Amino acid sequence: MIGFASSLVTGSATGIAAAVGAGTVTARAVIDAALGRIEALDPKVNAFTDVLASRARATSDAVDGKRLRGEPPGKLAGVPFAVKNLIDVAGLPTRAGSKINRESEPATQDAALVRRLEAAGAVLIGALNMGEYAYDFTGENVHDGPSRNPHALDHMSGGSSGGSGAAVAAGLVPLALGSDTNGSIRVPSALCGIFGLKPTFGRLTRAGSFPFVGSLDHLGPLARSVVDLAVAYDAMQGGDPAEPMTMLHVPELVLPLLDARTEGLRIAIAGGYFERQGEPEVFAAVERVARALDAKTTIELPEVARARAAAYVITAAEGAELHLGRLRARPGDFDPAVRDRLFAGATIPAAWVIRAQRFRRWFQQQVHKIFDAVDVILAPATPSRAPRIGQTTFAFDGKVLPVRPNLGIFTQPLSFIGLPVVLVPIWLDAGGLPMGVQIVAPPWHEARALQVARRLEREGIARAPVAKL
Amino acid sequence: MAPPIPIMTDTERAQALDAELAVLGLTIEEGWREGVLTHVRMIGDAARLVLEFPLGDEIEAAPIFIP
Repeated sequence: MIGFASSLVTGSATGIAAAVGAGTVTARAVIDAALGRIEALDPKVNAFTDVLASRARATSDAVDGKRLRGEPPGKLAGVPFAVKNLIDVAGLPTRAGSKINRESEPATQDAALVRRLEAAGAVLIGALNMGEYAYDFTGENVHDGPSRNPHALDHMSGGSSGGSGAAVAAGLVPLALGSDTNGSIRVPSALCGIFGLKPTFGRLTRAGSFPFVGSLDHLGPLARSVVDLAVAYDAMQGGDPAEPMTMLHVPELVLPLLDARTEGLRIAIAGGYFERQGEPEVFAAVERVARALDAKTTIELPEVARARAAAYVITAAEGAELHLGRLRARPGDFDPAVRDRLFAGATIPAAWVIRAQRFRRWFQQQVHKIFDAVDVILAPATPSRAPRIGQTTFAFDGKVLPVRPNLGIFTQPLSFIGLPVVLVPIWLDAGGLPMGVQIVAPPWHEARALQVARRLEREGIARAPVAKL
Repeated sequence: MAPPIPIMTDTERAQALDAELAVLGLTIEEGWREGVLTHVRMIGDAARLVLEFPLGDEIEAAPIFIP
């Protein structure tokens, strides 16, 4: 039973739920196996900041009790999952990767998305490492140490949802939640070689999560299969009065649509900005995906560099405003890399920020017109594979750039206007590190991006193997 | 057509930083100054790119508010 449960933990969430639902294995055995794996392997990857063994065992017993009483245990029955530590977990201070916030009062209830996943039978098993206050693309954290890339431990996991990427790629959990303001789900998914979904802005409630930039923040799932992403996403959809923008659209369950044919879709490759400032292999990954999908058209989104710049300005200003009190009271307790950016962001003129928000509207209107002619856009995810931990610069096209802000150059312009994106992991060579390709759809069309990702997974183009640790 | 946006010198940027920090009641240690100024310059470069784009007066800002 223990051996079987262990093999389930490194398999799929849906595999676990099927076995638990059928009574082939208990949720308790799955959770014990996951806890054992975390104890043995997490010291290598440093994904977890909190392991909730007692809570997880109690929750799993409740799932088993349901099944024994003949009640449906849920589509995620017995599935262990973990959340980026900016997401509220009852009884834990929501540290958001910081030294300061870990001294705050423990959360009195779980975040909305945690409650929704557990209502579907999933079992929260812990909280995950992240870059301080989510202002990060590296996965490094001066207080908790870096989360490490499970496929090469001296390389970055990517961030800021670094622990989420590392935990899933290491096979510690099949499912994790992260947040994505400018790329923080997609960057670690790409560098760790797993699937990630950044839904449309406003689709999933953020209630009970610590913000970074309110006008850009999203929450979403990371997993090792597209089906697992879809099941988790479906469980988390639905309006939440605590966040009114989630009440505007009716949920669209994607699991029943996942295997729909995609051959008729007009799939285009993002050109221009998305063909520069990166290592050749990240563009080769896009080409491989395009070939598999028979996508031959290249389209150019207008003014992408300005869109990225506008997102950069808004992030700097809104992020800084959120932390003004803490910057005044405890500046020495921030991660220096974050502190310097926040101080700078606090001092910029209001007109810059408002102009950036107005530009956001313009860019949204232009990209919507492009979606009249295409259904899906393919774009690289990061300018390189995972840099080494501690690496501060990289060079493309003869230009040396700082790693920390520039790992997100391809993700930032797309989240800027809230487009749904599925990140698919691509492995170009045996023994090499993975990279990611963004499958981008129009707003509220997550299903379309997931269908394309599922096709790539089915055909063996995209895959997310558990790291050998 | 509006004149081009002036590029600040390092000295002007440092003076502007000090003035804004004073307005906000923020203080930085001397050792942090160079790092903060680097980010002020990077944000300024990004803002310049946005400000130089001719945006129509009818374009409204796009933050979130649902009454």
